[in-house]
Amino acid sequence: MATPVLDKEEAAGKPEPGFADSPYITVTFRVRRFNPEVSAEATWEDFQLELDPKERVLDGLHKIKWDLDGSLTFRRSCAHGICGSDAMRINGKNRLACKTLIKDINPEKPITVEPIKGLTVLKDLVVDMEPFFQAYRDVMPFLITKDTNEPTRERLQSAEDRERFDDTTKCILCAACTSSCPVFWNDGQYFGPAAIVNAHRFIFDSRDEAGEQRLEILNDRDGVWRCRTTFNCTDACPRGIEVTKAIQEVKRALITRRY
Amino acid sequence: MSTTETTASGVGPVEGAPVYTVDNPAPLIEAPRKRTKKSPKSTRGNFELAAWLFMRLSGIVLVILVIGHLLIQLVLDGGVSKIGFAFVAGRWASPWWQVWDLLMLWLAMLHGANGLRTVINDYAERASSRMWLKALLYTATVWTILLGTLVIFTFDPNIR
Repeated sequence: MATPVLDKEEAAGKPEPGFADSPYITVTFRVRRFNPEVSAEATWEDFQLELDPKERVLDGLHKIKWDLDGSLTFRRSCAHGICGSDAMRINGKNRLACKTLIKDINPEKPITVEPIKGLTVLKDLVVDMEPFFQAYRDVMPFLITKDTNEPTRERLQSAEDRERFDDTTKCILCAACTSSCPVFWNDGQYFGPAAIVNAHRFIFDSRDEAGEQRLEILNDRDGVWRCRTTFNCTDACPRGIEVTKAIQEVKRALITRRY
Repeated sequence: MSTTETTASGVGPVEGAPVYTVDNPAPLIEAPRKRTKKSPKSTRGNFELAAWLFMRLSGIVLVILVIGHLLIQLVLDGGVSKIGFAFVAGRWASPWWQVWDLLMLWLAMLHGANGLRTVINDYAERASSRMWLKALLYTATVWTILLGTLVIFTFDPNIR
């Protein structure tokens, strides 16, 4: 077997010639492009890429941006599923581009990549996240205690009390859940699953003392009662949070006023 | 090198002549979901909670009422062929069936109206279309409930 020779082409992702068992396959990326400075309409653009099926959608986007079309605009920061920057609609489903492997989404057909829905598109795959964060801020996602003095010791908590809200601490605020919610698509005044998940994280925290206040905020006309339990959010969450269950627990707490 | 296929695209090359210039700026897209002074005031209160609970509870009661109603009217004792003026008159002579039908009428109408209200809230996009659709819905609901209640209580078996 010949020693593989690294050349420029290989760096661009092309398999070496004569290398029979090359893992590379040709994948078509169908990307939703929008540039308000050029056209008011968004259009689809196809890119042919040589990719290893074990690579991620984000790698494909990098290849487009770095090698084919530098004007492609998208958000990504850590590229490892923690920062929550690169949530996008891949093959019609909200996912993190950095956690979606090519082999898992049928590379035989063109892979569609769109911005997440329900938020204003600024350019290509970048949306205005401000309404999303506004709803997040509205539920006061920080520890509130009635004690006005500086604490003199740690706020202790039992393992069971910590377990109570463990699931909702995993949220990375990627907006995959909120932008998969059909109620949010139609009426952005709805708080959305992500805000409710982050309220849940504090409502059910034994150290926090503003649960009642947060429940009141979510008792709003656009609060938890607009949830139609379609489970889109649970399906979309890249962190595997049981979002609909958390919303349901907030509803139950509102009815029984026990949390 | 990989090839690029550009579909009939409105997105031209960035270095090319843009449609918009400094003198002719691109239209400003206002975020439709921004919470401004115009966005609806927060409406905290227990109405939505009560409506949500009502849907669940009335649903359970309606399952019993409606299945019972269908069995009596359509299945048991000769089925649909037995229904006539005399059959209805005979049933409504008893306060039990009067209350049964009254409960069914009120719960089904309010349950259905509340369901349609949420559908309108979810799907109607403009505030004015919401308002008109809901006005129509509430009028129809109130009218049907009043008319039905009137018939149940003032039904006269000797009308013929």
